[in-house]
Amino acid sequence: MSSGTAVRPADKQHEARPAAAPRPCRLLAAAGLAGVLLTAALTVATGAGAHGALVGTPWGGGTTWALTAAATAGVLVLLWPALGAWRAAAASAGAWSAGRAADARREAAKSRESAWTSLGWCLAAGTVLGLVWFLLANDRAVQRTFLDGHVMSLSFADITNALGTNLFIAVVAQVLVMVWGLALALARLAPGRAGRPLRLLAVAYIDLFRAVPAIIIIYLVGFGLPLAEVPVLSDLSPTWFAIIALTLTYGAYVAEVYRAGIDGVHAGQTAAARSLGLSHGATLRYVVVPQAGRRVVPPLLNDFISLQKDTALVNVIGTIDAFNQSKIFAANHFNLSSVTVVAVLFIVMTIPQARLVDHLVARDARARAKGA
Amino acid sequence: MPFLEIDAVRKNYGPHEVLKGIDLSVERHQVVTLIGASGSGKSTLLRCVNALEDIDGGEIRLDGDPVSGPGTDVNRLRRDVGMVFQSFNLFPHMSVLKNVCLAPVKIGGVPKAAAEEKAMALLSRVGLADKAGAHPDRLSGGQQQRVAIVRALAMEPQALLLDEITSALDPELVAEVLNIVRELADDGMTMLLATHEMGFAREVSSKVCFLHQGVLLEEGPPEQIFGDPKEERTRAFLRRIIEAGRL
Ligand SMILES: Nc1ncnc2c1ncn2[C@@H]1O[C@H](COP(=O)(O)OP(=O)(O)OP(=O)(O)O)[C@@H](O)[C@H]1O
Ligand SMILES: [Mg+2]
Repeated sequence: MSSGTAVRPADKQHEARPAAAPRPCRLLAAAGLAGVLLTAALTVATGAGAHGALVGTPWGGGTTWALTAAATAGVLVLLWPALGAWRAAAASAGAWSAGRAADARREAAKSRESAWTSLGWCLAAGTVLGLVWFLLANDRAVQRTFLDGHVMSLSFADITNALGTNLFIAVVAQVLVMVWGLALALARLAPGRAGRPLRLLAVAYIDLFRAVPAIIIIYLVGFGLPLAEVPVLSDLSPTWFAIIALTLTYGAYVAEVYRAGIDGVHAGQTAAARSLGLSHGATLRYVVVPQAGRRVVPPLLNDFISLQKDTALVNVIGTIDAFNQSKIFAANHFNLSSVTVVAVLFIVMTIPQARLVDHLVARDARARAKGA
Repeated sequence: MPFLEIDAVRKNYGPHEVLKGIDLSVERHQVVTLIGASGSGKSTLLRCVNALEDIDGGEIRLDGDPVSGPGTDVNRLRRDVGMVFQSFNLFPHMSVLKNVCLAPVKIGGVPKAAAEEKAMALLSRVGLADKAGAHPDRLSGGQQQRVAIVRALAMEPQALLLDEITSALDPELVAEVLNIVRELADDGMTMLLATHEMGFAREVSSKVCFLHQGVLLEEGPPEQIFGDPKEERTRAFLRRIIEAGRL
């Protein structure tokens, strides 16, 4: 009906609603372009700096230049969205003056989106460049201290072996924690007047062990039990002291995870089970706990991830775990690169699990949205 | 002797008195219906009979044997008196067949094979034999409620408590559930039920009781309660129901 500029005869009462103008985008597109060019220049400068710092090392010379060229090329790829933003901004202005308001707004939106994309990647690239500068600063002092290739390769095998101790502690403690946590949670849910002492005991335990830092529990168990000369217990190895200590601490956390899961099961489920004649215990066992199980998995895995990391705390009682092993290397070489190796190993171990938790949480959210 | 006797039963939630001394008896093979406005205490009364709530006064007797207060074997009582809820409350992590067999096998000591055979027979009776392997979330509301009834029947209770079992259903699914209750009534099942389906109450009840703010104001045969209520408040309640087009 409307042919672009054609406007209905002006009606005094009902003036036509003026078309909404597109959001401004020219300046942003210019900023995007400038950002990309600036980042490319910084990349070249960083490459030159690295070249200067690395002469005489296997990384110097051609390798540095090749890396610099690749990085700069990568940054220049960002010209693609930046130029796109510029073109769209021009198209938007053209469409607006031609009276095609909707087209103008669409192009302006496209322009802003592209400009922000290129600026966002420039920020990421800038962060990486900053990191490189930090490593190179002071004649590579930072890099030499934390990322000395020689020390890293020297210590890698021993540290990886020692990591087996961490894994052993983590896996055994996780199994024990699952059982102990459930026992605590059920004690906390003990019914009736007769269950009160059990509930109080469970609450006291959970409060206590969540309040005291894990490292102190490990210290107390690891040095205290041998001193106390308790039969059997005192003769265990430091590894088992660590397992006991972490089980005591994490049992308290996991008890709360279970309890939240059990509380989350709808009260109608309990009423239905009880009305069929199931006892309190049978209701928990067949109806409530199985339903709590699923929703408990993600927070449980989260606690397991932090338990794994806390296995490094056992170095206070002298267990030769990965961290302690790396500290031996660090002391011998007066260099922290072996500790970096432990850090990297923990990262490699943890990240897949963190992603798994994310995946499970998302799956649960989807299931709930479906109205399960 | 009446099968179920509710004798001066009182129930408080904190300072709020929800049941103010209810007297009510249900003979064997009777269908007794509780009607009354929302919040009048129908659900609370049914839950008290099933010992899902403790009572604060009075007594409940089954075959003359007190089943309220300390010393009651509530699990035993619940085996004799089944209950079906407004919101079905099927166990979502179990198949229909497992839902039905759980109590007979784990509590009733029935061998698994026998329990499943019985369950299948009951499911066929309500037209759901083909859903035995399905999980509850695959079923319509009406189907779920029919399974819930079967689940209660599987323990071979002597009486059933039904708490507004059609209130959560789409209108076109109400009939399939009410038909089953009708059949149970014809077979002589003793039932105490709360409902807002007045037409159904009128048709199926041996006795209708009008509850008002925790007091049993009036009881009588359905023809009398619906046709010629004595109490002004019963009349006002029924008038509102008729205005809402539900009678
Ligand atoms: N767990 C509870 N805690 C406190 N108050 C409650 C509880 N359950 C019910 N009540 C109160 O008791 C009164 C009676 O509730 P009840 O559920 O028995 O009514 P009803 O007749 O079944 O109503 P409806 O027709 O809506 O189901 C209401 O005032 C309600 O708010
Ligand atoms: Mg109710």
